[in-house]
Amino acid sequence: MGEQKFLHLENIEKRFPIPGKEDYIAVTNVNLEIKKNEIISIIGHSGCGKSTLLNMISGLDKETGGYIFLKGKEIKGPGPDRAVVFQNHSLLPWLSVYQNIEMAVKKVMPELSSPELRERVERYVSMVNLDHAKDKLPSEISGGMKQRVGIARALSISPDVLLMDEPFGALDSLTRANLQEHLMRIQQSVENTVIIITHDIDEAVLLSDRVIMMTNGPEATIGEILEVNLERPRNRVELQHDPEYIRCREAILSFLYEKFAKEDE
Amino acid sequence: MNNELAKKIILPVLVFIAIIGVWSSIANIVEDFPTPADTYIATFGGENSEGDEVEGVLTDPFYVENEDDKGLFWQILESLKRVFAGFTLALIVGVPLGLFIGMSKNAQYAFDPFIQIFKPVSPLAWLPLLLFIFQDINMTAISTIFVTSIWPIIINTALGVRSVNEDYMNVAKVLRFTPMEKVVQIILPVAVPFIFTGMRLSLGIAWLVIVAAEMLTGGIGIGFWIWDEYNNLAYHNIIIGIIIVGVVGFILDLIMGRIADYFDYTKKGRA
Ligand SMILES: Nc1ncnc2c1ncn2[C@@H]1O[C@H](COP(=O)(O)OP(=O)(O)OP(=O)(O)O)[C@@H](O)[C@H]1O
Ligand SMILES: [Mg+2]
Repeated sequence: MGEQKFLHLENIEKRFPIPGKEDYIAVTNVNLEIKKNEIISIIGHSGCGKSTLLNMISGLDKETGGYIFLKGKEIKGPGPDRAVVFQNHSLLPWLSVYQNIEMAVKKVMPELSSPELRERVERYVSMVNLDHAKDKLPSEISGGMKQRVGIARALSISPDVLLMDEPFGALDSLTRANLQEHLMRIQQSVENTVIIITHDIDEAVLLSDRVIMMTNGPEATIGEILEVNLERPRNRVELQHDPEYIRCREAILSFLYEKFAKEDE
Repeated sequence: MNNELAKKIILPVLVFIAIIGVWSSIANIVEDFPTPADTYIATFGGENSEGDEVEGVLTDPFYVENEDDKGLFWQILESLKRVFAGFTLALIVGVPLGLFIGMSKNAQYAFDPFIQIFKPVSPLAWLPLLLFIFQDINMTAISTIFVTSIWPIIINTALGVRSVNEDYMNVAKVLRFTPMEKVVQIILPVAVPFIFTGMRLSLGIAWLVIVAAEMLTGGIGIGFWIWDEYNNLAYHNIIIGIIIVGVVGFILDLIMGRIADYFDYTKKGRA
């Protein structure tokens, strides 16, 4: 069983019924294999079906064709083995930072004793450096901090895969850089399998082991897969002059703006 | 002195003086209409225009002469009891029904037309029917309050449920919450501020209804008391009744507002 695939998408298709018209085929013929502890990003023009793809992996949406397997088992519906970090953090606004994480851990690991529970929640609060803010409500902390809580909450339930749909999309570029550092640092200490959707080419190269580039919809599919052969830990400043980094950037740029440019935008 | 505060005191005083002025001129024009001074004495007691020392209705609001003759306090208490009975019933039925309608599209389709039709019906229209059914003053008043004050609770509860962010439900799905956990941990916290808005409206309606209901049903209560004073030709007491109804209603609303704020997570943490 050592050869068992970790996360495996086979001939995935998603069609949306349009009342009175033919179905809209958003994505089709998607085949992808993701290894354990791999970080991959999905990049593509707006509307190409990135979220659709991620939602099928999370189980929040159901594919209309093909199969998704995680550790040899077919995915049927959402579950805590695939934690999601949503674009707009989706913290429960009436719970504090601590309680938001506690709620998730309590539900997923009901067997923990209360000291174990507290220890675990505090460990994940610390992981994203929010000890000083753990009793604050989401409305009292900044957007970047909220997203960090979202990440901590997702990781606190020990998922097999961490799914992130433009997790830093709503943030300014400095805060975004800061969160990317957080994510890389966390990844350095506890390895996770991460799938991250992004619009940002630098983010994709900086964070990922592989970049999945999607063609435009309708009937979008995987156009190219780029391997990023950069050592970790990665340093964003030093990378600017690294030939491999530059090669990766150019490959994505050329894919997005030459091969699959969007004419109408 | 604080300028804003001074305005908040002085301006209402000016309006108060204007009201007294208008009232006095009405009392001059309309025969037998009580003047502000008459009304004041009828409230707190003192020497009336004929030079007699009289007791006011608030001199001893707690007196009990016999079953049919009790002080104002008891009248108000009786009304409040009915209001809370009807209101509590409306709450017990309205909140679950609102949750159900908010969570199920089918329930919404099923109930919505009837809510829209029954909501605008005046309590006075229900009253004869309910009196006929119950043949009992208390039950009639309580059930009238129930049928007229339940609508804002249902409507606002359903609205609260529908305003639950899709993202929160996705969080619940990923964590595999049971339906009960969804209701308790996600839907209720979102809906509670809406429910309280509904309760506040509902309590306001209940207090409006009680006066009308008691006038028609008789017995004891502030509504009946006002009607009784009309029959006694004690017009000053009607004015006192109006003011008391207003003040009690205002206090109820204030208390309800405080409770609502306490449970409203959007108003927490800013203190
Ligand atoms: N429920 C739906 N019904 C019909 N069409 C849909 C539905 N959801 C998505 N689509 C369509 O599927 C396509 C892919 O949408 P999706 O949200 O996955 O794009 P995306 O790549 O995530 O875009 P963005 O980068 O803007 O987030 C779009 O053309 C969209 O209009
Ligand atoms: Mg998207």
